[in-house]
Amino acid sequence: MANSDSATIDLVHSQRKKGFELFVMGVLILCSLVAVAVTVGIVLSLLFEAFRFFERIPLTDFLFGTQWSPQTALRADQVAAEGAFGAVPLITGTLLISFIAMCVATPLGLLSAIYLSEYASKRSRNLIKPALEILAGIPTVVYGFFAALTVAPLLRAGGESVGLNVSSESALAAGLVMGIMIIPLISSLSDDVINAVPQAMRDASLGMGATHSETIRKVVLPSAIPGIAGSLLLAASRAIGETMIVVMAAGLAANLTANPLEAVTTITAQIVALLTGDQEFDSAKTLSAFALGLVLFVTTLVLNVVALRIVRKYQEQYD
Amino acid sequence: MTDFITPSSQLKSRKSAEKRFQWYGRGAIFASLAFLVVMVGSILYKGSGAFTTTDVAIVVDLGPEAVDPANPQDARFEKIVKDALKARFPEATKRADRRKLYGLVSNDAGFELERFVLANPDKLGGEVRVWFRASDDFDILLKGTVDRTVDESERRLSDQEIGWIDTLLADGDVKRGFNWSFFTNGDSREPELAGILSALVGSALTLLVCFCFSFPVGILAAIYLEEFAPKNRFSDIIEVNINNLAAVPSIVFGLLGLSMLLNTFGMPRSSPLVGGLVLSLMTLPTIIIAARASLRAVPPSIREAALGMGASPVQATFHHVAPLALPGIMTGTIVGMAQALGETAPLLMIGMVAFIVDVPQSILEPATALPVQIFLWADAPERAFLEKTSAAIIVLLLFLITMNLLAIVLRRRFEKRF
Amino acid sequence: MSKTAIISAKDVDVFYGEKQALNKINLDIPENKVTSLIGPSGCGKSTFLRSINRMNDLVDICRVEGSITIKGQDIYAPEVDVVALRAKVGMVFQKPNPFPKSIYENVAYGPKIHGLAKSKTDMDEIVEWSLIKAGLWKEVKDRLDQPGTGLSGGQQQRLCIARTIAVKPQVVLMDEPCSALDPIATAIIEELIDELRNNFTIVIVTHSMQQAARVSQRTAFFHLGELVESGATKSIFTSPEDERTQNYIMGRIG
Ligand SMILES: Nc1ncnc2c1ncn2[C@@H]1O[C@H](COP(=O)(O)OP(=O)(O)OP(=O)(O)O)[C@@H](O)[C@H]1O
Ligand SMILES: [Mg+2]
Repeated sequence: MANSDSATIDLVHSQRKKGFELFVMGVLILCSLVAVAVTVGIVLSLLFEAFRFFERIPLTDFLFGTQWSPQTALRADQVAAEGAFGAVPLITGTLLISFIAMCVATPLGLLSAIYLSEYASKRSRNLIKPALEILAGIPTVVYGFFAALTVAPLLRAGGESVGLNVSSESALAAGLVMGIMIIPLISSLSDDVINAVPQAMRDASLGMGATHSETIRKVVLPSAIPGIAGSLLLAASRAIGETMIVVMAAGLAANLTANPLEAVTTITAQIVALLTGDQEFDSAKTLSAFALGLVLFVTTLVLNVVALRIVRKYQEQYD
Repeated sequence: MTDFITPSSQLKSRKSAEKRFQWYGRGAIFASLAFLVVMVGSILYKGSGAFTTTDVAIVVDLGPEAVDPANPQDARFEKIVKDALKARFPEATKRADRRKLYGLVSNDAGFELERFVLANPDKLGGEVRVWFRASDDFDILLKGTVDRTVDESERRLSDQEIGWIDTLLADGDVKRGFNWSFFTNGDSREPELAGILSALVGSALTLLVCFCFSFPVGILAAIYLEEFAPKNRFSDIIEVNINNLAAVPSIVFGLLGLSMLLNTFGMPRSSPLVGGLVLSLMTLPTIIIAARASLRAVPPSIREAALGMGASPVQATFHHVAPLALPGIMTGTIVGMAQALGETAPLLMIGMVAFIVDVPQSILEPATALPVQIFLWADAPERAFLEKTSAAIIVLLLFLITMNLLAIVLRRRFEKRF
Repeated sequence: MSKTAIISAKDVDVFYGEKQALNKINLDIPENKVTSLIGPSGCGKSTFLRSINRMNDLVDICRVEGSITIKGQDIYAPEVDVVALRAKVGMVFQKPNPFPKSIYENVAYGPKIHGLAKSKTDMDEIVEWSLIKAGLWKEVKDRLDQPGTGLSGGQQQRLCIARTIAVKPQVVLMDEPCSALDPIATAIIEELIDELRNNFTIVIVTHSMQQAARVSQRTAFFHLGELVESGATKSIFTSPEDERTQNYIMGRIG
């Protein structure tokens, strides 16, 4: 029997343990703050160590210097005891390799995305899409190994046979392989973007007697451009931050060149070189790695924020 | 009058443009997948050899003069092996020839004999036929990757060495078998003895730390953001933060680990503890994003049902919503762990690149991880390490495939719950 | 306010953001009777029902003004705990929403979180009592450990009723409990509602005039966020005072 005959009912006191629930909420909030703490930690530690670096090496020398040779001095009184820390060759090297990668990945990724979203049957799409995504799941150390021990020697031999001198640590080898790695990034994001273009727009064009490919080129792609641009920016950010491929295949020669057949080095490869092995933590050499890390972090962050903004704007347009 | 049936020449060219366009798409997909197949195929091809190994039988003298039965551990085992080799091929008299002769077996043959003697004290007292691991060059010759016809000066093995090997083969003193030691040994400077056990254990410990941190924190953060967070600036900041964190280059997390965990907090360098923590910070966004998606997929009627009968929001979430989202969360977590397993760069930053022979016993000891082992071996000059590197990659890929299959099965299994 | 009113709403306004969904509702709901809320779609019936056990708190933009009292206590008073309130004012939803757990666990969940059972036998008794009251016991007593989601729609809805009454609330709110069910299942539930009236006060939202006439003793007619008319069901259906009520009952608005 329900106690409907009681005069009043208690609406104030429940059985739940409020203290415990407050504690749970506290823990939940704390956990979601971990992500913020990580970001703050990254920014603080990079800024702090980079600041110590810039106390020794002027910021302008770092940003505009064209000479990179971070030797540690053998004797304190040695001339140029701290070495040269001009980051320009590293930045150009990074850009060169990323550019080659984008040259490979953009056409392959975009054409794959177009084919998958516009032409492929549902069945082959369900098969091909995950297959392409395997490319993104393979550890980068595997790409690095393949680039250094298979692709680079092949390019060298191929260059020799046509009389070209290809460095065994050429930017081309690293860039090519890196390009393959970021294909799925471009293809799956662009695929989503292309699918979001309303069918009505296609119907309008097809109804006027345009062929399917004309519709894609003249109607679908132009309206998907912002989203595609976003996906390309994300891919570029990924290429710039990629480490293992360049560590293994690009080497450490800080050449200021635009020739893809020569060896160049990148920001990430230098960070690894500077920080592995024995190190004294206070030298300009090790601290310079954090200055490079700061450059890398800021660059990729800006690219991401811009890319995510573009993609979001684009999605809202069709919501 | 217009003819609808016979295509005009202009239409024909438009039609062929259409065909061409489709072929570009097919070509792009084919090129991407072909690269994948070539890369994995070449690694499989190169690595398959590492799973077999070569042993040589040599008759060694374990008489009382060579090994004192009272103190067998004091014997000069390396010398015993060398003497046995000299006895087998007395024609090697010059020092250079002798060195080649000793090079037929692994550099560690002395230790192998010592282990054999200590394990079989009953065999002491006379001549005994003992199996030794063959050297890497010997092994490679048998695997057929060395071309015997090229000029002697361009080969690692001279005609004389090949002659010895052929003699051993003819006498039945060579055997091939599955390379168990690849899975039971730690790293070694000698490719024929190098194994991945210490790296595997290092990876396992690192992943364990990573899981223990990122799984609970990831789920709880996702629950807060999805079920409780008020819609305000503060929540927006956290959300944007997580999305951006997901795209920070992995090496930056390594820098964070180096500067914060190692230098500021003084945690042990090269340890799975630090490695796991760094990787968990990296996988956290993946887990949070996946967990939020599967929490969102739980129908609101479940929440209403629980709240409607007087469950508190915390009870409704932990009793009903979270258990239903768990399969999805697990899937996301496995994918995140697979990412962490393949990650190399941040581990280099915190010093997990050491040469580790012994299996790490705790998360505080220096250790390395499988992908780092691959990186180290890829750099080694010996040819036989090429094979080992590929084999280690195969093992790594097998683990990744298993994890991803598990994730797919989980997803399939629980997908149509609602 | 009539002496037997258990719930009484005074000048209740409900807003969703800027939009006003209910306007100055004054309604007394008598104890141990079935009160039905009728009216065209979107008139605010669900909104009113959900403000009685504060399910509206879940909607961020929702704001309730005026007062709703249960046995004289203002349920929107700051010291009131919604969890305690909902334990006293249970709710059955339009679509059956059993937890994807066993039948037993479904019914036992409420008593468990509210600490109503001291032992396993206590709990067994509560579960049996609730299922008997919900008219489901005979059908499920041999498969209490099977998932509640495996039952038919009508059975699921009765399970949800059992789950709600297991907490022994004072009031049971039902929002179109039969709209997802076939006529036979509907008839069973209607019978059940009549039974439950002895123990509980019931407020039911329905779109079916016949259902309102069959199960309820009192009826309130809502239109465009206003309470047009309320009274004994018989008089509302036979001699409505307001023209809008008449039109609705005759099927001219809706
Ligand atoms: N969560 C909400 N956010 C904003 N507006 C809402 C929300 N819920 C209901 N409304 C609005 O409040 C008004 C009343 O809705 P309510 O659901 O109470 O109607 P109802 O009488 O139950 O209708 P039905 O018979 O279709 O269930 C409607 O105009 C509706 O659009
Ligand atoms: Mg309604």
